[in-house]
Amino acid sequence: MLNSRYSGLDKNLVLSRRVFILSIAKLIVFGSLVGRLFSLQIKQNKKYKTLSDNNRIREWKLAPQRGIFKDYYGKVIADNSQVFQLHIVPEDIEDIRDLLFRLKSIVSITDAQLIKIAKKIKKQKPWEPVIISDNLSWEEFSKLNLFLHELPGIKPVVSVARFYPDQYNFSHVLGYVSEANTKDLNANKRLIEFNVPGLKVGKTGLEKNLDDQLIGDAGYQRFEVNAYGKRIKEIDFSTGRSGQNYKLTVDAEVQDYGHKLMEGKSGSICVMDVLNGDVIAMISSPSFDPNKFVHGINQKDWDELLNNIDKPLVHKSIAGLYPPGSTIKPIVALSALENDVISPKLVLQCTGSIELYGEKYHCWKKKGHGFINLRDAIKQSCDCYFYEVARRLGVDRLSVTAKKFGLGNYTLDNFSEEKKGIVPNTKWKIQNLGRGWVLGETLISGIGQGYFQVSPIQICLMMAQLANGGYKVKPRIIDDENSLEQLIDIWRKRLDQESQGIYVEKNLQNIETYSDFLSPLVRNHENVKFVNDAMFGSTNEPRGTSYRSRFTDPNYIYAGKTGTSQVKKITEEEREAERKLEEIPYQFRDHALFVAFAPYKNPRYAISVVVEHGGSGSSGAAPIAKKIIKKTLDRHVLRKSKKNKSTESI
Amino acid sequence: MFTTNIDSEKLSLRDKFFSIDYILLLTVLIIGVISCFAMYSTDRGEVGYHTISHLLRFGVFFVFFIFVSLIKINFWHSFSYFFYILVLGLLLYVDFFGLIASGSRRWLSLYFINLQPSELMKIAIILFLAKYYHRISPENVNNLRYMVLPLIALTIPVILVINQPDLGTSVLITATGFGVIWLAGVRIKYFTYMIVMFIATAPFVIAFLKPYQKQRILTFFNPDRDPLGAGYQIIQSKIAIGSGGIWGKGFLQGSQSYLDYLPEKHTDFIFTLFSEEFGFIGSMILLLLYVLLILRIMNIGQNSRSSFSKYFCYGFALALFIYISVNMLMVLGLLPIVGSPLPIMSYGGSSMLSIMFGLGIVMSCKIHSKSVVL
Repeated sequence: MLNSRYSGLDKNLVLSRRVFILSIAKLIVFGSLVGRLFSLQIKQNKKYKTLSDNNRIREWKLAPQRGIFKDYYGKVIADNSQVFQLHIVPEDIEDIRDLLFRLKSIVSITDAQLIKIAKKIKKQKPWEPVIISDNLSWEEFSKLNLFLHELPGIKPVVSVARFYPDQYNFSHVLGYVSEANTKDLNANKRLIEFNVPGLKVGKTGLEKNLDDQLIGDAGYQRFEVNAYGKRIKEIDFSTGRSGQNYKLTVDAEVQDYGHKLMEGKSGSICVMDVLNGDVIAMISSPSFDPNKFVHGINQKDWDELLNNIDKPLVHKSIAGLYPPGSTIKPIVALSALENDVISPKLVLQCTGSIELYGEKYHCWKKKGHGFINLRDAIKQSCDCYFYEVARRLGVDRLSVTAKKFGLGNYTLDNFSEEKKGIVPNTKWKIQNLGRGWVLGETLISGIGQGYFQVSPIQICLMMAQLANGGYKVKPRIIDDENSLEQLIDIWRKRLDQESQGIYVEKNLQNIETYSDFLSPLVRNHENVKFVNDAMFGSTNEPRGTSYRSRFTDPNYIYAGKTGTSQVKKITEEEREAERKLEEIPYQFRDHALFVAFAPYKNPRYAISVVVEHGGSGSSGAAPIAKKIIKKTLDRHVLRKSKKNKSTESI
Repeated sequence: MFTTNIDSEKLSLRDKFFSIDYILLLTVLIIGVISCFAMYSTDRGEVGYHTISHLLRFGVFFVFFIFVSLIKINFWHSFSYFFYILVLGLLLYVDFFGLIASGSRRWLSLYFINLQPSELMKIAIILFLAKYYHRISPENVNNLRYMVLPLIALTIPVILVINQPDLGTSVLITATGFGVIWLAGVRIKYFTYMIVMFIATAPFVIAFLKPYQKQRILTFFNPDRDPLGAGYQIIQSKIAIGSGGIWGKGFLQGSQSYLDYLPEKHTDFIFTLFSEEFGFIGSMILLLLYVLLILRIMNIGQNSRSSFSKYFCYGFALALFIYISVNMLMVLGLLPIVGSPLPIMSYGGSSMLSIMFGLGIVMSCKIHSKSVVL
């Protein structure tokens, strides 16, 4: 009995010891449980919360509406129109091969597209739709809807896409949109965030430049989905924000008219307000239909555009570079006057050519102009006179004035395709060509040949700044509602007062914010008046180069300057032959240029016309300018009344 | 004489009710109530099928628990071997004639319940070993001759359960059995021999494992290996628990379980659901309730006079601890998914029955703590 009691105690001793050890083990295990819970629920809570939401919430992006463009009078020139699209949702498809095969018989899909689609499906999340076709015809769309129940995974969608109602008129100004490619995505990280299927981005022109604002913000639909991908309820919804709309300073009617004038010709027309720098028209010819790009241009059309020798894709107004020819002469004269190199009364003799270091430099008029003064030299565009002026002036001083008036520099801020052109000087030649300047080059620079390269919008700006009396103008094409009209009135008043010799205080507040806008470009405004008067003569007096294109109606009287820029050096034989325009191969014909401002009294518009291979400025360009001037002036009253109607919402 | 004296003591029903451990009773009741709410949540806030049957089972088995506890501990002592043999018989029967569900033959169809004998074996093995070690004298515990019977008694049901196949339950039975044997005083060195033997035979055992069982073990070591397959459960469970945070997503707000991301949320993953909805604080409270439960059971064991009661209480406390920790470690991604229910919380009649039966015997030990089992 004692033994058994003792052994019982012994048994209990072992048990208690082991229970104690076990309790410690339990403590450790429960401790680790607590630790694990702490780590998951408190330390890593954020991570798991995100994971849980990722599980739970699926987002479908909705493409935002692209901002639209309107012309100055509110006419829509880039719109969004309804299109029919075919999307497929990969996770709902039973057999992708079978589906695509069947779709091929309903809508037109090429094999190359099929490969692209297959790649896309692999890259995307299974519930994100893939666009098979983004511009179905109504027949295709209705056919699809008929087969809807047989083809799980397809989704006919009514969407919007860019539409340019004017087709050809604004192709270069607005540019075009097309599906974003990898290059676009790399250039703009925001597009990657968007992740909207079939997002279109601007490729050229304003569509490209203003892309960020035009796109707007993508909308989304957030659904709570269960483990099987079934939508349980909508959690969040945002329609997004459609892109910003823009109003241009361009007058669609002038633009359209200009395009018609340029039909069959290659070149550009620019019209600018000389006071506020508004671009009224900017035409580049030939043009193309930007609507073709929206859903992907086909190879045939694309090849046609690329192989056209008149380069329809180039925006000639800003990216077409031409020697200014005689249109530079007012600037040469002005520069010489400003620098006191010559007096306006200087008379020189033109014999039809001059010789320098054994090289002959010809005047366009073989017989020569005889004794001629500065005004007549501009009016009749005497080359010999300007050879001499340029020789006295020197190319460096000429380039300073030319640059001041906007040549060789970017004119508008809105175009990545804009080209700067070249205003040569001695430094430029050393830096870019590595050779020293020779005097002969100064002479031909004096008549706008040689290294000179300017764009039509640049010579238009040059003209505008001459026309307004020699004041700086900042051109703009987007009407940003900062009406300058009020400033212009103040400025006009100041001009009047200045001309009467009254000193004007410069402390007008809002003028100072536009200090650039008003800054004088010349030392003596009388010199500008002189040059403008000479241009008046050129158009409105007999023997003026554009006399044939003058207006007799006092309301339309304008002043202008012709220019004929050589495409290639003319040999002595060719000069002797005096061939007719038609006899010269097209690509060797001269470019015809014309710059003008109108009306002559109180100038408001500057015009530049460039016709590639159009022959002489007086016959090839001036008649077009005449028509466009009339059109612009006819629209002037309307434009002014529009301005007075304060800020109208766009 | 000393012992018989107390044994002959007759307790009135009134006395018995007075000596019930009400802390234990209350703890079980609270966990039971929590489990009903959890079940209500798995039914998406409706009194659905799972809620009703869980509530019903809890109620019935709670009464059964009281009933068991009122019966003299001597009865349970003498009933032990018979109960073990009975459950073993059921296991054998199930292995050949049982119901098949999700690839394994585990269930026995009774009219009101689909009985899972392997769950009952969890209690039967403790009862068997408690009686066995109660009966042999301490000197013989480490005698090899006396080790044969417990080992056989443990091995046969384990093999039967593995054969079902049900890896989880067999592991739990083995762990519990070894735990009780060790508590009885068998030296560590014998366990070491056994482990060596087991490792030696492991390749043969693995050869017998079903592919899905191998898959589960592999998945445990790297759940991201196959995120949509076997690793899915662990990942989703971790997401659910982790996203719960300190205070949880709120009752009926657990998105992971509500949207069916969580597998087996009624049974093995009930803690995940609870933890997602009630967060760290809720989990701590539940864990504390379980700790309290285990401590009370151990306390009862300590205060019992008979070795049978002590072995059973400590053994049952150990078993509860193993079930709870294996389940929680599993849903927290620290152990492979082996399929082990959380006591009381998980949906499942057999599991509830065996736990309540065990608790009943524990309570009987408490009520009859003064008696010495003959």
